[in-house]
Parts: sequence; structure tokens; C-alpha cells
Amino acid sequence: MSANIFITEERIDGDDDGPLAGMTVAVKDNISTEGVRTTCGSRMLETYVPPYDATAVSRVKAAGGTIVGKTNMDEFGMGSTTETSYFGSTTNPAAPGRVPGGSSGGSAAAVAAGEADVALGSDTGGSVRCPAAFCGVVGIKPTYGLVSRYGLIAYGNSLEQIGPFANTVEDAATLLDVIAGADDRDATTREVETDTPYADAATGDVEGLSIGVPTELLDGADEGVVETFWDAIADLEDRGATYHEVSLPSIEHAVEAYYVIAMSEASSNLARFDGVRYGHDADTEGNWNETFAQTRKEGFGDEVKRRILLGTYALSAGYHDKYYKKAQDARAWVKQDFDEALSEADVLASPTMPVPPFEEGESLDDPLQMYLADANTVPINLADLPAISVPAGETDGLPVGLQLVGPAFGEAQLIQAASALE
Amino acid sequence: MGSGMSDDAVNAEEVRHVAELARVDLTAKEVDQFTGQFAEILEYFETLDEVPEVDREPTLSNVMRPDEERDSLDREGALANAAETEDGYFKGPNVS
Repeated sequence: MSANIFITEERIDGDDDGPLAGMTVAVKDNISTEGVRTTCGSRMLETYVPPYDATAVSRVKAAGGTIVGKTNMDEFGMGSTTETSYFGSTTNPAAPGRVPGGSSGGSAAAVAAGEADVALGSDTGGSVRCPAAFCGVVGIKPTYGLVSRYGLIAYGNSLEQIGPFANTVEDAATLLDVIAGADDRDATTREVETDTPYADAATGDVEGLSIGVPTELLDGADEGVVETFWDAIADLEDRGATYHEVSLPSIEHAVEAYYVIAMSEASSNLARFDGVRYGHDADTEGNWNETFAQTRKEGFGDEVKRRILLGTYALSAGYHDKYYKKAQDARAWVKQDFDEALSEADVLASPTMPVPPFEEGESLDDPLQMYLADANTVPINLADLPAISVPAGETDGLPVGLQLVGPAFGEAQLIQAASALE
Repeated sequence: MGSGMSDDAVNAEEVRHVAELARVDLTAKEVDQFTGQFAEILEYFETLDEVPEVDREPTLSNVMRPDEERDSLDREGALANAAETEDGYFKGPNVS
């Protein structure tokens, strides 16, 4: 059986020179590539060929990167295993028999397997950091607004960012340098003043670094994961960092707040798939409501239907205040908690995922259990903050990732701290 | 909630109603499966009731630009992925 890392293997040459010259880049299949099909891992977009490049793709090409293919993913980014893809699951190169994580599982696996030097993924609630942790590679979720989402097919647009994968912190930072920066096609981007490239921050120097450890993100985590995490913190202490425990009481509600917001946004964003302008169209007779409903029945898989329906429910008359408004309150509370914790620490650290990679097929039948596994990653998207997942070691031969979280637009410090663990 | 204590516990009829609003046809098996799963997931979402009201700082501001004519996708490119077109337009199903 093939590893099934790519949905489409096609080479797209970049410019001759630039910071990515000589490097191969895998691109998640929800990031638009002009003339190369972009499926979102869905039957709905099985034959969709974008007429334009995402800004992140234009920048990779202009920087000299060679794109080698479009990677497998959970359908529309909805999953933590890459098993909800219409195109089948991807094997974890670092842990045979286990999932690569998701939703950007193909991108993480491409880097782990050496199919590409670096890769682009997208992170709505952990979709870069989870597969980075499970495949034993580096992944960065940038601050909301650092990287343009133009050409990223939307799922939860108030939460998501395109982010890089690599085998080293420095290579991930090099790709971040290329894709970061304001874009007049995405009004949520900001121009950020940086004196030096992110890649230059990968010095490994953590002398005097103050690390906060949110105790809530260790509660209930796998014992072997927690042990590996503390070993990594001890390693950072040996190099001159200090740590203290912090408490984020709002975190208890982060998963439910995240899923209410993400599903609500998904129900709206995915309303565009009606088979008229692009995408699967059902071969059926009937009025437009009947035809659209049949098209969407055939085009979407279970997890996508589940989230569209739950989002529709959460936004429907009589339930909006109960779910969506309360979720926005929780989001504001989570932001305040992080701001407070980061006023007394340079970075916050936790295991990226509370568990080692799931066995293949393990989580498919119980969606709620799968959502709960995102406990450590979703709060960061709610707070719009940057985070990096870096390999911290292994437990029983399975990769463990350590997550560092920083203040908004504090990517350089995360890169510097994470590079100390290499 | 599964005990029937709440009026909010989701039933098959509600799942069908939401599916209709969302324009997604479901099989009988899917309705059955989703009814059980939604009850469990929505019960979990109920814990949001414990969240206090929070003073939210407005983090969004309008970003304006002059309304100037710019290059955009040409008609051929815009129609390239459509299943059916007619005279340079998208062709959709009958409205009624």
C-alpha cells in the first residue's frame, strides 16, 4: 500500500532564484494552485481546477520553491487524523499503523518521509500542529493576520492561518519568512515590522527565557506524553530557561467554544458548494433546492455533513444566543487568560497533543472523542496567537510534540525557543 | 440530557429540519446516526452556560480602500469549472 501522501502529484516550478531555490514544497490541497486541481480532500471538489494561485503559493513560487504536489487532508480540514479524506487515509511515516494526525496529515507526512523539504498546511484548530506532533516534524501556526488567506478555501475563517512544516525549526522559519506579510486581497492581514528574518531567530539561545506551563493542558494527558514533555522542559532549564506553572481557567470551555464557532462558520462558508459554479453536481431532476440538497448529499462526507448541520443548528432561531453568543464570550475569556499568562512569561509550553498518534481507525466512530483530543491546540486559535510544535522525543517509540505559544506576532521568540530543542 | 430532562434534546425531526435548512439530503440511516451523535455533542456544548459574560474588546476595524476598477478573473476563467453554462452565464437548476 502506498503512503497516500499526495492527492495530486504534479510539479510546479518556481522562479530560478530566491530563499527557497533548490527546495521542494508540498502544498495542502485546500490551498489554491492555478491550473492544478485543488480538492480539499472532498468528492465535492474532485475535479475543481482553480483559475488563480493563493497568495502563499504565488510567494513560494516567487521565492524559487518547487511545488511537488498537493497533499492529502481531512475533508475540508475537518478532522484530526486525515481519515475523513475522500481519497483515503495517509500512513504515518514516523509511526506505522498510526494516523499522521490532521487535518494537514499529508503535508506533515510529506516532510517526515522526505517527499518534500518543506510543506504548507492550514491550521483552524490545530491542523498544522497536530500532524507535526504525530509525524515528528516542526509546524507553525502563525498569529491570525500574519499570513494571507487569499486562495485558502475557507472552513473557519476567523480562526485559520496557513502555516509551514519542516524537519528543522530554521527551515520552517524560512518558509514563514516567504509567506508572511500584508496582502491587499486579505483585509485581515497586517504588515508586521521585523528587523531580521524569522530564520535568523533559530539560534537555540534560551538563556533567561521565562516559560509558563498551563496546568490545565497537562491534566488528563497520557503519562508517557507528560513525561516526555517534562524531560524537554528540563532540557530547556539546563540551557538557562526557567519555568513556572500558570492557570488558565477559561480553557475548560475552549473545546466547546471552538467547535461551536468553527461549525457555525463552516455552515456559512460551505453554503457556496451548490454544484452550479464549480464542484460536483448531481445528475438529478428537480427544483434548485432539491438539486442542491442532492448535490451536497453526494459531494460531502459524514464529518462535513455533521459540522454543517451542527453549525446550522447553532445559528438557527432560538439557539443563537445559547450557543454562538456564549461561544464568543468564551473566546474573549480565553484571550484574556492568555494575555494575562503571557504578561508574566515569555512563552507558554504544553504537550501539542495530549496523546500519542491514534491507531488507524480508532477515532472514526466517536466524533466527540476526536474533538476532545484537540484540547491543547484549539485555545490558541480562539486567542489568535502564534504557536509552534517541535519534536520533544518519543514515548513507546511514538513521536511527542511540544507546543510553545507566544504573544501576537511573537513568532521570532517561538522560533528561537523551539530551536533549543533540536 | 439523554434522560429526556430537557426540551432541547435533539430528535430525528429536528435533524431533518436542520438538514433541510442546510440543503443536505440525508438517508434514514444518517438521520438515525446524527440524532444520537448530536444529542451527545450538544449536551457537551451546554457547558457553555457556565461561561460568564465577558467584556469584549472590539478587535475588528473596517479597512477601507478606494473603489477603483481593477483586473479580475475573465469570463472564461470564471466559467471554466461550471457544469453547465449558456451564453457566457452559469446555468443553474430550475427555481421551481
